[in-house]
Amino acid sequence: MSDAIKQATLEYVIRLGDDSVVLGHRISEWVSYGPFLEEDIAYGNVALDYIGRARLYYSYAAELADDGRTEDDFPYMRSDREYRNLLLMEMPRGDFAYSQVRQLFADAYAAVMLPELVKSKDETIAAVAAKAIKETKYHLRRSRDWVLRLGDGTEESHKRTQKAVDQLWGYTHELFDMDETEQLLADNGIGVDVSKLRDAWHAMVSEILTTATLTVPDDSWAVRGGRTGYHTENLGHMLTEMQIVHRSHPGCQW
Amino acid sequence: MNEISLMPAEQYQRLQQRNAADVKELWDLLDMIKDPELPVLSIWDLGILRDIERDGDRITVTITPTYSGCPAMDNIRTDVEKALNDAGYQEVTVNMSLSPAWSSEWMSPEGRKNLREYGIAPPEDADLDEDGLTPEAHAQCPHCRSRNTRRISEFGSTACKALFQCNDCNEPFDYFKKI
Repeated sequence: MSDAIKQATLEYVIRLGDDSVVLGHRISEWVSYGPFLEEDIAYGNVALDYIGRARLYYSYAAELADDGRTEDDFPYMRSDREYRNLLLMEMPRGDFAYSQVRQLFADAYAAVMLPELVKSKDETIAAVAAKAIKETKYHLRRSRDWVLRLGDGTEESHKRTQKAVDQLWGYTHELFDMDETEQLLADNGIGVDVSKLRDAWHAMVSEILTTATLTVPDDSWAVRGGRTGYHTENLGHMLTEMQIVHRSHPGCQW
Repeated sequence: MNEISLMPAEQYQRLQQRNAADVKELWDLLDMIKDPELPVLSIWDLGILRDIERDGDRITVTITPTYSGCPAMDNIRTDVEKALNDAGYQEVTVNMSLSPAWSSEWMSPEGRKNLREYGIAPPEDADLDEDGLTPEAHAQCPHCRSRNTRRISEFGSTACKALFQCNDCNEPFDYFKKI
């Protein structure tokens, strides 16, 4: 592996790890606040899948970096400016409709992206993707069912779900952006060219939203910055909570 | 020649691997390691024990997680190390392998039977829906064997299970998802 590709792979794995840990943490915020017990458990399990993926990516990042950092250093010892997650993942949990719409957008993204990532020439990345694909089928079914139920539910649930769709739509454009790092990896068969995936994602999401009697928004605004470390104010608040124990007790083992 | 298998190919291959191993006694020894969340299943029964190699005094064991975030993996790793240390093997390495991804097809026939007796319906006790996922109803109740059941949650006490309730005996039960 050439140095340039190795560096790019490290950066890429950190990005994927950041997406997973940030979304996993956001979902975990619902634990003990779910609308009913079964839903609470479901959310806990989905969060666990994402945090598990984050661990796999970060362990690999530590191996690639080979500079003494461990898998814990990546999530716990970097500030918000060093995080490279997509902005969609860091948006606060909001109400239940908001979280489920975000989940639908993220799950549909995983559903179109992972089948490409599993073809990666990098064996570790391909192996993580192969596990994640199976889990994502269950995630997507759940978020799709919830969006259908809420969108085509009461006047209030419809209103809230449409509002969530409108508020989150502008954060989805960034999901399909490429930069030099990702282009280099795509050209070398390691990463995914996500710019080619928007049509498939749009078709999948539109079909679900329309069935749920919701309106697919126009592409009238977009926010970008996650991959370069420019985040919304929400990430910093989330990280302080997520990192406080680790940072307060450096090196603590039990 | 047409081979007519009475056992799923994945299970057959695992059994062949175990029987052909030159460290058969270590495979037998590790039958004592149970999944901490499913104490009726050994790591062999669950299909997460992938390989055991001996190189001189060094033992290398390969395990694979069921789900990415399976929290039992760290415990299992420690249990495997301890069991081998107690049996006199001091140099033990436990590797985690992700590829190929674990499949519920790897579960042993004994494991499926034990699971059912423990009150958890194994994957084959439900007909999957058209997407190949857990259906909304009719997983067989492990308590009274009724098919008149309904799904009450897609996720159960762990990521690998869904929650059902029996309409006949009213007992709730876990269903081990096919993945």
